[in-house]
Amino acid sequence: MIPLDTSSLCLLAAILTPLSAGLFLLFGARFSQSSLRAVSVIGFATPLIIALALYCQFEPSLVGGYNFELRLATGLEAVGIYLHLGLNGISMPLFMLAGVVGFAAGMYAMFSKAERPHLYLALLLFMLGGLMGTFASIDIFFFYFFHEFALIPTFIMIGVWGGAGKRGAAIEMTIYLTLGALLSLIGLIALYVQSGADSFSLITLREYLVAQPIAETVQNNIFALLLFGFGILVSLFPFHSWAPKGYATAPTGAAMLHAGVLKKFGLYGLLQIAAPLLPAGATHWFPWIVWLALGNIIIIGLITMAQKDVKMMLGYSSVMHMGYAFLGIATFSVVGVGGALLMMIAHGLSVALLFMLSTCIYHRSQTFDMSSMGGLATKAPVLAAFFVAGTMASIGLPGFGNFWGEFTIFAALAETEATRWIVAPAALGIIISAIYGLRAVANIFFGKPTEAFADRLNGDEIVDLKIHERFPALVLIVALIVVGIYPRLFSDAANDELSLISSYSNKSTLPIIEVNAALPRPVEAHKEVTH
Amino acid sequence: MNELLAEFLRSFTATNDWAAIAPEIMLAVLALGLLGAEMVLPRSQQVLIPRLAIWGQVIVLVVTLARSAYYTVEGQTFFSGMIAQTDVTQIMRVFFLVSSILVCYLGKIYLSKQKLPRTEFFHLVIIIAAAMMLLVQSANFVMLFVALEAVTIAFYVLVAYCRTSSLSLEAGLKYLILGALSSSILLFGIVLLYGVAGNPELSFSSADSLNFEALQTFIGIHQDNLLVRIGAILVVAGICFKIGAVPFQIWVPDVYQGAPTPVTAYLAIASKAAGFIVLLQLLTGPFIGLASFMIPVLSLIAAATILFGNFAAVRQRNVKRLMGLSGVAHAGYLLVGVIAALSIPEAKYAVIFYLVTYLLASFAVFAVMSHMAGSDDANQELEDYENLARKRPFLSGVLAVGLGSLAGIPPLGGFIGKLFIFIAAYKAGLYELLAISVLGVVISIYYYFGWVRTVYFSDSKDGAAETAGSLRSCDRVVLGALVFATVLVGIFPGVLPIIR
Repeated sequence: MIPLDTSSLCLLAAILTPLSAGLFLLFGARFSQSSLRAVSVIGFATPLIIALALYCQFEPSLVGGYNFELRLATGLEAVGIYLHLGLNGISMPLFMLAGVVGFAAGMYAMFSKAERPHLYLALLLFMLGGLMGTFASIDIFFFYFFHEFALIPTFIMIGVWGGAGKRGAAIEMTIYLTLGALLSLIGLIALYVQSGADSFSLITLREYLVAQPIAETVQNNIFALLLFGFGILVSLFPFHSWAPKGYATAPTGAAMLHAGVLKKFGLYGLLQIAAPLLPAGATHWFPWIVWLALGNIIIIGLITMAQKDVKMMLGYSSVMHMGYAFLGIATFSVVGVGGALLMMIAHGLSVALLFMLSTCIYHRSQTFDMSSMGGLATKAPVLAAFFVAGTMASIGLPGFGNFWGEFTIFAALAETEATRWIVAPAALGIIISAIYGLRAVANIFFGKPTEAFADRLNGDEIVDLKIHERFPALVLIVALIVVGIYPRLFSDAANDELSLISSYSNKSTLPIIEVNAALPRPVEAHKEVTH
Repeated sequence: MNELLAEFLRSFTATNDWAAIAPEIMLAVLALGLLGAEMVLPRSQQVLIPRLAIWGQVIVLVVTLARSAYYTVEGQTFFSGMIAQTDVTQIMRVFFLVSSILVCYLGKIYLSKQKLPRTEFFHLVIIIAAAMMLLVQSANFVMLFVALEAVTIAFYVLVAYCRTSSLSLEAGLKYLILGALSSSILLFGIVLLYGVAGNPELSFSSADSLNFEALQTFIGIHQDNLLVRIGAILVVAGICFKIGAVPFQIWVPDVYQGAPTPVTAYLAIASKAAGFIVLLQLLTGPFIGLASFMIPVLSLIAAATILFGNFAAVRQRNVKRLMGLSGVAHAGYLLVGVIAALSIPEAKYAVIFYLVTYLLASFAVFAVMSHMAGSDDANQELEDYENLARKRPFLSGVLAVGLGSLAGIPPLGGFIGKLFIFIAAYKAGLYELLAISVLGVVISIYYYFGWVRTVYFSDSKDGAAETAGSLRSCDRVVLGALVFATVLVGIFPGVLPIIR
């Protein structure tokens, strides 16, 4: 029996607060506007506050175990399913990411003039609650359950508040993501049955599988299910076509939360569940991951360069950057997987920021077409500054978190002979993203405005970012810079956890690469990992 | 006090077989009472009859629940092996009672829009409920056939109940002809089994060769006997007709469209559930010896059923046909569970759990359809639901939850149902069927989501049909309860005492 304490109850509260706030908004139409507003602020802020508080209490020394464990029965004990919550070094950063992006998206959405605002905010809150639950779940059933729970509001929001072409985009996204989710569900069921653990708890599964790994051919099959299931959810090439269209039509809040956080579910599943529990399967599928990830980086990169619509460009670029995360996971080294984790965090923050800013641009220019804008920086310098910063982060400029992610992934790739060749094509992606990123900035903010746009620019309609737009942007950019300047905030805890995972894998046939952390890391702070 | 009562019930039941089927007897009395009430009551008081039907059944439900709370049955047989009660039959009796209560509720809505006799409708619905309860408890082919025919014959009348509608009459005729055909196939199979198992020339033959236990022993020895196999296949084929599995599904769309909506719901939910439980009991009982022969045959049927149901439903614009064809697909998923139950016994609870979630979700959808139906309820098109959400947010919400649960979306009950079926199928090693089920679920998202999309975010400016009457508070309670139960089962599946 796990004793209840305040911290683990806080973990539960981080999930339940947004959900109850959402329910209140849904059914509380008779309450006054200000009380509804207060409730939604509470709903959006509580997860972030709890995430920060829990981060301060987080003890990385509890390696392999989880902090803040909580286990509740939901009537499925017979099949080994409990609502089992807790955070470890890998899930803590993502839990934090969900808190930050959720707060920013919520603050932005509260002042956006959506139709039926209460329903909109309620769905966003449901999504946030689902996200917090996904990353806080130790039980892989609930990990999946919360993810699906967060996914449904996305479909609804695209269908109701989406832009042009929402019908097609919504249905394509729904079908694709359902297929991906079902494949990964079958994969998780397979893992559960084959392990013989009679439990969906990640801790128990790990214990069983370390003691008695699954036969190699079976591992290969299960890993394939998880790889392609999760892969579809993360828009792995060539299963990506839902993503750009979906994001281009999605309302801002949904795009921020989905592209920023929810999409990371698949990668999180690969690095928390699939790779550590099925090392032989991971080795078997390694060439596939590499080639498909390169497809993401190069082919999608080139497609991104051809985009004229700023939201489509952002959608494709987010597909492209997932390629780096896949490469990082594919190295199965502490550094590479840690890099992928940092990449996920930084990418989540930067893409959410850019999606938000692209809507701000639209409100001013009334178009998403980059070629018909220009010179916006003269009227909206703050917007331009934020957008440039976001773009730089996404390209991977040092000082932002993305840099450390890409840098460590490259370092891990260069570490062994087998993977060294990948560095060159992967680095090509950096150049590609610099080209489209800088060109977008130049087209929108600098450059000479087109004639039609010049009239609009000279009018009084275009104003700089307002306070309700600045605040969420600031939250995101501060988080990006914090991760960029001091990545050890997350990497320390993750590093310990990952070393532990790779030490499990060492017992199997996996050719694991042991590298000391490439991240700046003073000697005195280095803790001996106790296995 | 409770112990005293339990002790009394136990001893009463032990000494009296009739007590074991008290709920069925109460239902029969209630059904006859309705006919009597129609003769006795003055015309102005006739509105009491639907209420009497519903509340009478609620009382029977309470009695049944109370009885099962006081003592549990463990495979007892009654009437010299005619009836066997297990935990499964106890759950299913409650299942059929709940569904017949809900059908009576839908019937009340339906009949308020029609000029049709009322009493007979409720009478037949209750008779069917009692017969289905006996059907799942039967442990002898004579009992099984008589109960099944009682169900089927009452359904012939109910399907053609709207005698002014040509579609309803057509549906009634189709159901009559094909139903009679399937009954004769079933009967032929039973007779073959009777003949071969009663042949004293063969070892382990039995004088009581229609008894399930005697047959199980016999078939276990004579697995390779051709007549045994033909007989078993014919019996299974007869039941596959009732559950609408491919290639016996051809009647489903027409009958579902033509029948009055409450009858469609009854056919889709209770009749199908009864068929599945009988199939489950036959396959894990008398036919268990034929498992290695049955598994490939049924797998083929299940795969074809899932694919046919889903692909055919994609193009449907009539919502009653859509529900019928998607119901065929659900029969396919359930068959996967039944096949899994042949190798892992606990899979039968997955089937029952799925049936319960299917009941809750389908009744939510059918209830909305009953409210939406005009005087001619056979022609309910998807277009009638355009932008329903703007005018009737409550009905739309109920419909969305029902369809979402049918599509298997968390956190609704249907998701947990599918999860259990998938786990069971994986444990039983039915990987191909699992793959086909996943494909089927993905296709089903398309048409379920399409319906929700029509309701919530249709591009056209047309409004929904103005046929839906205003909801009374009792409608809201029933619909709200269905939605609440669907969500509750999804979030806290332990609320159903099925998975232990």
